Amino acid sequence: ASMTVRDALNSAIDEEMARDDKVFLMGEEVAQYDGAYKISKGLWKKWGSGRVIDTPITEMGFAGMAVGAGLAGLRPICEFMTFNFSMQAIDHVVNSAAKALYMSGGQLTCPIVFRGPNGAARAVAAQHSQDFAAWYGSVPGLKVVAPYSAEDARGLLKAAIRDNNPVVCLENEMMYGETFEVSEEALSKDFILPIGKAKVERAGKDVTIVAFSRLVGIALNAAKQLETEYGIQAEVINLRSIRPLDRETITESVKKTNHLVTAEEGWPAFGVGSEVAASMFETGGFDYLDAPVVRVTGADVPVPYAINLELMAIPQEQSIVNGVKKALNVK
Amino acid sequence: FASKPEQFTFSENTYSYHKLENKLPLSTTSSKEELLSLFRSMSVMRRMEMTAEALYKEKLIRGFLHVYNGQEAVVTGFELALTKKDSVITAYRDHCHYLARGGTVRGCLSELMGKAEGCAKGKGGSMHMYSRENNFFGGNGIVGAQVPVGAGLAFAHKYNKDGGVALAYYGDGAANQGQVFEAFNMAHLWELPVVFICENNRYGMGTASGRATKANEFHKRGDYMPGLRVDGMNVLAVREAAKYAVAYAKTKGPLIVECDTYRYAGHSVSDPGISYRTKEERDSVKELRDPIEAVRKWLVERSWATEAELKAIEKEIRASVEADVEAGKAAPFPDPSELATDVYV
Repeated sequence: ASMTVRDALNSAIDEEMARDDKVFLMGEEVAQYDGAYKISKGLWKKWGSGRVIDTPITEMGFAGMAVGAGLAGLRPICEFMTFNFSMQAIDHVVNSAAKALYMSGGQLTCPIVFRGPNGAARAVAAQHSQDFAAWYGSVPGLKVVAPYSAEDARGLLKAAIRDNNPVVCLENEMMYGETFEVSEEALSKDFILPIGKAKVERAGKDVTIVAFSRLVGIALNAAKQLETEYGIQAEVINLRSIRPLDRETITESVKKTNHLVTAEEGWPAFGVGSEVAASMFETGGFDYLDAPVVRVTGADVPVPYAINLELMAIPQEQSIVNGVKKALNVK
Repeated sequence: FASKPEQFTFSENTYSYHKLENKLPLSTTSSKEELLSLFRSMSVMRRMEMTAEALYKEKLIRGFLHVYNGQEAVVTGFELALTKKDSVITAYRDHCHYLARGGTVRGCLSELMGKAEGCAKGKGGSMHMYSRENNFFGGNGIVGAQVPVGAGLAFAHKYNKDGGVALAYYGDGAANQGQVFEAFNMAHLWELPVVFICENNRYGMGTASGRATKANEFHKRGDYMPGLRVDGMNVLAVREAAKYAVAYAKTKGPLIVECDTYRYAGHSVSDPGISYRTKEERDSVKELRDPIEAVRKWLVERSWATEAELKAIEKEIRASVEADVEAGKAAPFPDPSELATDVYV
């Protein structure tokens, strides 16, 4: 069967709402409008206003309320129309939710999911094009997942909803309409993916490309190009989870390929690529590297509007190809 | 034998109302047993906080320490309108909210000293006390953040249809945070069973409320949402306001209760509390409006207790708190292995 990422997310929420009546969805336009990006299409009609709740445009307020509901034992799914707006509410994600268990000496749990589109869309300029993986990935107490395919979206979101910790689910607007083949297993109501485990999307022996979210697809295309044009066999790792980060899978791959390239939409400084590169020193991967790690990232600038500049600011297939060529010293 | 309850009359300016039709009577009843119990619980709070200040000077308590002296009638009065199924959340000045919810002096003081037996295993400290079993959700150190979280607790009561109510305490300083108004809006829109309690102690840190806020009547700050102001130094008046507010919130939806109170100490231990206000102002509140002295006076006036009996109670409390201090001092710090526990479930 095939399925769009949008339908995968929608069915995941729907099934988890059916499974546990403590699960509810709140956010801007999630109910009567069917979701700004139609992720919650049909859910309000099916579950009613008690469980699919339109909020006013008031991120700090409704994120705080969702956290309170979570602390009280409900399982809120708090949708940010985009993660750009989560900056208005980041205090509640970090201070109210992520730290509650620790500060209370294990008394308070907050089984909440913060989800919505993350990263750069198209032509929406700097305030609406930003990747928060590194921001939320740095916070102890949070889990952070970033689905790429429809299978990822179903398995990771369902796992996030069932998890008893606060989980940030970083989706990507550009991927919502993409269609993927999904296995029978992935369509099961109880299909969940373990948070913290990466997936090797493509096996290869010459270089490891580590990516997440939309860039996994770009990396797979780059890998094809590298094979056809240069005979390079790239292994592509889909992180799936930003925190916990599956350092083991990356290291095992590097032991085989001896070369590492990271790809992300976020800024270069203190990014996911920086963390993956640093982990090579700490996991033993360093001893197997034949060349310095190459980070392919968004440009170190706010994302511009003009199409020519925008294309330069966000990693493209060619950026990854060039990164691999650099890592392998291919002219 | 239980003594017969008697009438207590309040002054005319004990309550003010905003968009509320039903008014509270200017009198209520109380008994000897109840007043003795209120005297005792508020005296425990006062003694515990004074002891905490002393422990801070001994360097046994680190970091921030915000004490509640002067405001005891607020949490004490409100607790009388609650059951443990109701939910409470407050800001960083939380020691006595924790106590009122059923916490212990030992749990509090040991937490302040960072001991493993503290109410948050020594991981929260002064600003982060909790009692999940009594539905006390802290202890939030970010000014104003507890207000939408408190509305979320009320959301859960409504979602679960359990008949409970949530109290969200905040100060006059926090009253200017945008998210407080965001919470008012949603709580009123969705008719959540929540009482927003503004503990107006006159100063947000060192800024008198009049220097920080254009509209100084905090019970009216909800605009469309009803509000009630009560003399927050009169524990019986607070009790009546609390019962009124809790019943209102459960049946009609949210409202604000502004408690007109006063903070004797500085904002925190690092603030002597005199550069921005006069010693005369503080001393006159202590002399004329102290919530514990009021109860003492009622008890003595009615011959329900003698000065000596009340002194004996205070002495007994002092000894009990001292014993808790000694036990806390002797208790171990958290095991090093605790550093990395409670990060994830």
